Amino acid sequence: MKFRGSGTRSGDKIELMMTPMIDVVFQLLTFFIMTFKIVSPEGDFYIKMPLAAPSAGVPSDAQLPPIKVRLTAAAGGRLAGIYLSERRLGSFEDLRQQIRLLVGDQAGPSGAGDAEVEFDCDYDLNYENVMKAITAVSGYFAPDGRIVRLVEKIKFAPPRKE
Amino acid sequence: MRYGRGRQIPDAEGDMTPMIDMTFQLIAFFMILINFSEGDQNQLIRLPASELAKPPETAPAYPVTLQMTSKGTVFYGVEEYTLDGIIPILQVEKQLVERRGGDYRDTTIIIRADRYAKTGRVQELIRTCQSVGFEKFTLRAKQEST
Repeated sequence: MKFRGSGTRSGDKIELMMTPMIDVVFQLLTFFIMTFKIVSPEGDFYIKMPLAAPSAGVPSDAQLPPIKVRLTAAAGGRLAGIYLSERRLGSFEDLRQQIRLLVGDQAGPSGAGDAEVEFDCDYDLNYENVMKAITAVSGYFAPDGRIVRLVEKIKFAPPRKE
Repeated sequence: MRYGRGRQIPDAEGDMTPMIDMTFQLIAFFMILINFSEGDQNQLIRLPASELAKPPETAPAYPVTLQMTSKGTVFYGVEEYTLDGIIPILQVEKQLVERRGGDYRDTTIIIRADRYAKTGRVQELIRTCQSVGFEKFTLRAKQEST
């Protein structure tokens, strides 16, 4: 098959129309830039809240009573006090140290076995304080950067009414 | 500069190739990072921060994300509800899990509460979910750099 004029125009340069493609590409780029948002990573803390209260009776020896942590609120939901079994603590770091003493931190990354913490919080307390307390009892970063887990079983006492 | 008479002046064409390369790389970057999961994000919710908050290794089988504002209202998706108003939604979720052949007790309620929400209100939300039959809860926090 012979193309018409192939002998005369064999040296012509075929030019692609770049303008529409560049237009679309820039529109796509604008769309992605406008819809881009930086989302910081999030993590979860599992809490144990069974549907019904545990059946009454003599608890087994293996079943340890929960460690009770009380958080009280001041005006505006600010933290007023941290109590570990009625003993007042100065900070969440103190709470972490006390939990380390109670459950031991030799368990490594798998956690401290059956230890359980029950949080009893004032109704108006800002939720961020609870999260700080959960963080304090959950573990800490070792000097080598790994996470040492302390308590993984967390539950809440019934809410205190306003 | 002076051109000789009769000599044709060449067209000044910029080389577009590097620009197009760069533009496509930018598009690829934004396409990979784009996040369409609007249902799990809400600009009204400022999550509390925690250094130990790590993304879960395995996704829950049946997740239901509830977001509590500092006012105490609850967002499910983009709709805002009161605590009582969320109960029919939770019952529908329960039925949906059962219709899919699952056990509704395997549903994980993911609570994204605002850092200034009242703790008692968050607990009431948990109780509301319990009243429908859900037992598994996770509290979500923003990862804090150490």
